[in-house]
Amino acid sequence: MTVSTIVSWAVVIGGLLLLLKPMGTYMYKVFTFQPTLLDRPLKPLENLIFRIIHVTRDSDMTAWEYGVSFVLTNMVWALMAYTLLRVQGALPFNPEHFSNVNAGLAFNTSASFTTNTNWQAYSGENTMSYFSQFAVLEFLQFVTPASGGAVGLAFIRGVSGRKLGNFFVDLTLLLTRVLLPLALIFGVAFVAAGVPDTLAPYLHLHTLAGQTQIVPRGPIAGWEAIEHLGQNGGGFTNANSANPLENPSAMTNVLQSIAMGLVPVAFFYMFGLFSGKKRLAWTLIAVAGTLFLAMLAMIYFPEAAGNPIINALGLHGHGNYVGTELQQGMGGTSIFETSTMSFTTGSVASAHDSFLPIPGLAVFLGMFLNMVFGGKGVGLMNMLMFVILTIFLMGLMVGRTPEFLGKKIEAKEVSLTAIAFLLHPLLILAGSALAVSTSAGMAGVFNAGPQGLSEILYGFTSGAANNGSAFGGLGASLPFYEVAIGITMIIGRYASVVVMLLVGESLLQKKAVPETSGTMRTDTPLFWGILLGSVVVLNALTFFPIMALGPLAEHYLLVAHHLFS
Amino acid sequence: MIQTLKRAVLLTVMLWVILGLGFPLVMVGLGQLIFPWQANGSVVALGGRPVAARHVGQYFGNRLQYFWGRPSDTVSVATGKPQPYNAFNSAPSNYGPTNALLVKDVKARILRYLQTTPGLKASQIPLSLVESSGSGLDPDITVQSALIQVPRVAKYTGLSQASLRRLVTSQVLGPELGVFGPKRINVVLLNVALDQLRHH
Repeated sequence: MTVSTIVSWAVVIGGLLLLLKPMGTYMYKVFTFQPTLLDRPLKPLENLIFRIIHVTRDSDMTAWEYGVSFVLTNMVWALMAYTLLRVQGALPFNPEHFSNVNAGLAFNTSASFTTNTNWQAYSGENTMSYFSQFAVLEFLQFVTPASGGAVGLAFIRGVSGRKLGNFFVDLTLLLTRVLLPLALIFGVAFVAAGVPDTLAPYLHLHTLAGQTQIVPRGPIAGWEAIEHLGQNGGGFTNANSANPLENPSAMTNVLQSIAMGLVPVAFFYMFGLFSGKKRLAWTLIAVAGTLFLAMLAMIYFPEAAGNPIINALGLHGHGNYVGTELQQGMGGTSIFETSTMSFTTGSVASAHDSFLPIPGLAVFLGMFLNMVFGGKGVGLMNMLMFVILTIFLMGLMVGRTPEFLGKKIEAKEVSLTAIAFLLHPLLILAGSALAVSTSAGMAGVFNAGPQGLSEILYGFTSGAANNGSAFGGLGASLPFYEVAIGITMIIGRYASVVVMLLVGESLLQKKAVPETSGTMRTDTPLFWGILLGSVVVLNALTFFPIMALGPLAEHYLLVAHHLFS
Repeated sequence: MIQTLKRAVLLTVMLWVILGLGFPLVMVGLGQLIFPWQANGSVVALGGRPVAARHVGQYFGNRLQYFWGRPSDTVSVATGKPQPYNAFNSAPSNYGPTNALLVKDVKARILRYLQTTPGLKASQIPLSLVESSGSGLDPDITVQSALIQVPRVAKYTGLSQASLRRLVTSQVLGPELGVFGPKRINVVLLNVALDQLRHH
């Protein structure tokens, strides 16, 4: 392992560990309406907004009202995005004269960006005008993660025995107090490091070797900031953060990795403050952190060892460089990909389709679990879903009524949680089954053999997990995938969120039972082990068969030097 | 429901003004004001003529007198045919690890180096020099990748191998801040420096 690898990992992981407490505390203050530094510049603006929409900071909603506000607001955004993309040719800031986006792609893209998935069936640099990029897609990259975060907040309040809060207030404050200030800081850092930020048209260069090269520019630095801070992951260009225009150096690579994790990790700590169970929060951080490190190791070591078939050619050095950028190094690439799959960002700094099979398995894992910190708020909800399932299983084993945060976990909560848990594999496996059994689905396969199955499976997993990255060989712009993955993203986003909100409210309405010596503790190393174990077992039971047909089969064929043509 | 919808629409309009227009335009303003060179694409000029963007690789594989960068599998948007280093359509090859085409391409690239470079052995060629990048636009190669090309560049430019080796050494970049990322050479900048050396 090189010094640069160790340093890049230490800076990302250490940075997130150092920042999670101040960031979580700051967010706790914002969402319990305590004074903070930014009150003076921002409060007048927020007050104006709240006055215009007739809400007050301390107003309250039921879970149903909160959920309806969330879904309705998202629908407004999706409609707005769809309409603006369809007429982009007539709108300003279009120096490259791109024409209107067609209906299928506009549906897929608005569904994708509204659900915070950011699956892209197009290449940004030759499809989208500057206006579509910044005023439509970048706007969605601000508001949609904030709306998911707001639901996460309501859930946290519910399970902590507090009123759920007001969706519109939470949404606004997440934007003005958290995402906007951070985006300004990271955006300026990205420009300094060489990411363009301009409204000037593309560069037309006459190269040294006598060719013409068109180099895209645009308002990219600001986009990169919110793309990563919001765990969005939609690239300004097709190659996303592998493109040196978006991620020009090892420094920006590390900064983008930190930006992705900053708010989701802080949500875990904030949960500890809301519920008054800081040790529980640290236990959950330790569970997610363990899985994060496992994924990092699963990606780095095989990639650094390289492809055995290519290694047999006897070249200099070792490692799989297919689809990677040199300036980030193996260490930089692996920490970026671990972050993007853990925090469900879905931006990529290397081509996942060209990953070796075990790293491929690791990126699948991130999307299956969807709670290795996950997207802001939403990842925490998924983690708490596993906590409730685990407590239920523990209760069954020792024959006690399970309790969580002083509330009894009973049939209603367990049923709802089970629905939320099962929805994810149902979407992934049903979608993939449909694709492999139809010629329309099979037409999208690029690599032959097990990798082809993985490409399809990856597409639906990415949609259901609202991740947005791809095994890029898949023909994502085929109408079949535009529609099927579009629908997967929508169900994956809204159904589970609404179900979990109902769990939160149901817990809120229960009478608290006092903790006794018989209460199962959820803040001990033992619980860390049990939770980790049940997360792994539940997911292995669900996904092992399909993984055996995809990445695992690919792995054994690779070891046997088998090639597909 | 109607009341909620009204709130959603009103809030969206206000947020759009702040985040959809305000933030991006403020960022453009800040970029242009504080870091104008970077914000406009880090353009590199040679003899007063813009020839490259600092971070975007160019295709040199059609010229024996230049150092070559990593392979690029980008294609033309119009025809779908190979067009290496097409920054207008950034993309990787997406070849999986057991794809026969991957191995075929790598072998062909090795052969090209062996055929064009006097005295070169396959065991000297770094993997990253024959495996294509994730964007198809990687401007960087390893130091070893540049050094093994010196005999070829010397043969076709008439410059001495010693002076070319000095040129390569003078162009080594990074690690950034001494620790981030590997040591590397930006092929575009190296070839700009090569052109300057030749015309002196």
